[in-house]
Amino acid sequence: MATILEKSGFNPDKKLKIVGSSPIKHDGIDKVTGRAKFGADMYLPGMLVGKILRSPHAHAIIKSIDISAAEKLPGVKAVICRDDFPEIKAGSADGDMTRNAMAREKALYDGHPVAAVAATSESIAKEALKLIKVEYEVLPHVIDPVEAMKPDAPILHDYLRTKGVKGADQPTNVVERYELGIGDVAAGFAEADVIVEREFDTKPMHQGYIEPQGCVASTTEDGQIELWCSTQAPWVYRDRLSNILKIETAKIRIQQSEMGGGFGGKTGFYPEPIAIQLSRKARRPVKIALTRNEVFRATGPVSGTKSRIKIGCKKDGTITAAEAELIFQTGPFTGSAFTNAPQAMFTRYALKNVKTVSYEVVSNRPKVNSFRAPCVPQVVFGVEGVIEELARKIGMDPIDFRLKNAATEGYKTIYGETFGPIGFVETLEAAKKCDHYRTPVPPGQGRGTASGFWFNRGGETTGTLNIGIDGSVTLILGTTDVAGSRISISMMAAEELGIPVDKVRAVMADTHSLGFNRVTAGSRTTFSTGMVIIDSARKAIAELCKRAAGLWGVSPDAVTFEDGYCKPAGANVGNFEPLSIAQIAAKTMATHGAIAGHSEMNVTGAGPGFGLHIVDVAVDQETGRVDIKRYTVVEDAGKAIHRLQVEGQFQGGAVQGIGWALNEEYCYGKDGRLENPSFLDYRMPVASDVPMIDTEIVEIPNPRHPYGLRGVGEVPVVPTMAAIANAIGQCIGVRPQSLPMSPPKLLKLIDDHKAKK
Amino acid sequence: MSKKYHVTTTVNGDGYEYLCEAQQTLLDVLRDELQLAGTKEGCATGDCGACTVMVDGTMVCACLVLAVETDGAKVDTIEGMAQGDKLHPLQQKFLELNGSQCGICTPGILIAARALLARNPDPTETEIRYWLAGNLCRCTGYDKIIRSVQAAAKEMRGA
Repeated sequence: MATILEKSGFNPDKKLKIVGSSPIKHDGIDKVTGRAKFGADMYLPGMLVGKILRSPHAHAIIKSIDISAAEKLPGVKAVICRDDFPEIKAGSADGDMTRNAMAREKALYDGHPVAAVAATSESIAKEALKLIKVEYEVLPHVIDPVEAMKPDAPILHDYLRTKGVKGADQPTNVVERYELGIGDVAAGFAEADVIVEREFDTKPMHQGYIEPQGCVASTTEDGQIELWCSTQAPWVYRDRLSNILKIETAKIRIQQSEMGGGFGGKTGFYPEPIAIQLSRKARRPVKIALTRNEVFRATGPVSGTKSRIKIGCKKDGTITAAEAELIFQTGPFTGSAFTNAPQAMFTRYALKNVKTVSYEVVSNRPKVNSFRAPCVPQVVFGVEGVIEELARKIGMDPIDFRLKNAATEGYKTIYGETFGPIGFVETLEAAKKCDHYRTPVPPGQGRGTASGFWFNRGGETTGTLNIGIDGSVTLILGTTDVAGSRISISMMAAEELGIPVDKVRAVMADTHSLGFNRVTAGSRTTFSTGMVIIDSARKAIAELCKRAAGLWGVSPDAVTFEDGYCKPAGANVGNFEPLSIAQIAAKTMATHGAIAGHSEMNVTGAGPGFGLHIVDVAVDQETGRVDIKRYTVVEDAGKAIHRLQVEGQFQGGAVQGIGWALNEEYCYGKDGRLENPSFLDYRMPVASDVPMIDTEIVEIPNPRHPYGLRGVGEVPVVPTMAAIANAIGQCIGVRPQSLPMSPPKLLKLIDDHKAKK
Repeated sequence: MSKKYHVTTTVNGDGYEYLCEAQQTLLDVLRDELQLAGTKEGCATGDCGACTVMVDGTMVCACLVLAVETDGAKVDTIEGMAQGDKLHPLQQKFLELNGSQCGICTPGILIAARALLARNPDPTETEIRYWLAGNLCRCTGYDKIIRSVQAAAKEMRGA
């Protein structure tokens, strides 16, 4: 199993026919014609409508829930609340999960589910929700993580003690203190000629997928469950649902729908356990499609952060030390993945002395969920501000400053990995050479740059490749197609098999059809599932050679496979006409059975990704409005399998970052309720807000992958807010340190700066 | 049981009759009663454009129109955009240029873009961006959507 990893077969000189082109994706036709079925697009006979009653309070003890009146309403088929979920100890991973799905002892945020109804129509379900009587004892709440850390803050969980602090024996909202460092920062700062230390804060933003979570659960009388849902993690959902609902995994079959955007936000479930429990009670299929209001109030925003960042360098540009103190808000339960941040924030610079201390803090907000490079862009917003400030202080071009400190192959990172071949230097050099950077900054505008890093991931992955009797090929993939992985992986299969990509079709499996697949996240999918399918293709090719050998009456090792044909390995083997996959399939499958390849791996060897963004902005000094005038993303893809899709990842990530930089935030009232749970008040970028996003794909191959690919989904959002803030700083003379850089905040910054002068 | 109203309408050239409640929107009915689920719900408040359809030739958000208001009306949705096996040039260009990533916003954007090109066959980039400002996309950063519309417009002009 490990052979493909040890000998990936990577050959930089191999001429590729399909990988690196941009064929039309096979699922595209369904998407432009309205056929594609997303989470809410499933309709089953007898299906009921599920609706969720949510807490209007940020923090309250649930004293009682009376569902009797709702149950009596004609058309209501099931009503559930906490009593319908198995008791699981609070504070455990499963205990948190079941409590986030349905509140038990307390409601912990505005929007926390407290009960649910399944009825024959939406209007009846809504009517029934009004008949559920919940008695709350409202408690003081805390929204801001710094407030939540104070000794007199309202405590969310009596059982919580800070992990990573010796002798922590008092209830607290601080989940964990995490320290990570290398070298000696005091000695490092002593060597510095210039030191810059700044404080930053960022607000939670929402992943903003346009498709609200939608699912249909259907159960049989003997307890078998089918769940159709929009998810990045069918197997993870299944295993967690099994744990919290106490149902064997073999009795839960999850079929992923097309997913209308996830960006990390569909790695954990929300309505799914509720739909299942309603369906078990009603013995009918139940659909729950969340509303946008519910999506904002109760699904995964991104951690807001506070950070203090200090970096010192010598006059020649060498960074001598870096230090950071970071606070991450996680909602009412742990799970922010905040340790990514100290591991990734400085990684791309070859630093010897680093000290970081990070805290994860609970508060009365919805539980955070992953978002592209979880927890990293928030702190890179600060790091890259300090980096550009240092560069300017010593009179160095900011890209040259980064080049001076760039990590290269052999650098041992703060998290222990020693880099193999990486493309940070090449990315920086490509940025310096690109048209945007060489063009002078237009008058009245400011230019900023920022760089970013993401580990890229591998992990548990399975897949199958089946050859049809006519030589065409089908793939069964366990990961979710978040933005075109079916075509990218089909391209790799076609390349291996030497057939046109149009002869390949891929489907996304249900959880009964393949073994465990880790979440589709962390830029791991095209890499990991690609590996598994390439391995499957090579196994199928070995079988094809065996079949050809049988037809020719020679030994299998006398047969070689090239460009879609089995051929005699040498002149001595005999004079046989090459056999195509279709010919071998037609001649042997009826007599000798199917030809297929299957693979499961815990994929390792992901290649780190690096990017540099360049942005020009104009700031209206009277209104504080920022116009993005020009934007370029430069990033190392290792190898772009499908070029248009790689560009799309770069562009989409950058524009999400533009929203995070300029507008997006959660606004809470004094009562702890979310004040802007709609697209009108939570303002994501629209087409007229942004320019074309230029892209520059750098290709420094990852030798651990047969085609050299790394992964491109996370890095594009990592430097965005920093680059924009740096550009704004050039425009207005002061670099913003707080997100979002919305007109009122920027106007105040401009006015304060003018007043100081 | 809420009172139901009888509605007669034409969707993509086909006649339909259905019963609906007064508060049901055109979006609710297209999806849940007629099972024309190509029209998507992203917000139900008219902010995202995923449910963009045409009613008697006017571009609307189906979530902001009551189904009873469309009695006697002619409704056009994404399901009627291709003619037989022939895709509309916009659909074709969205495929070729990757104007659709996850695809949830695509039906609404295609309907909106077709309405734009019917009024203005040669829009500037800015005109396209402002026309589509009511259609949210979170995947693409809009770049490839705009390029797809430009390419389709060019082809439709025969340029």
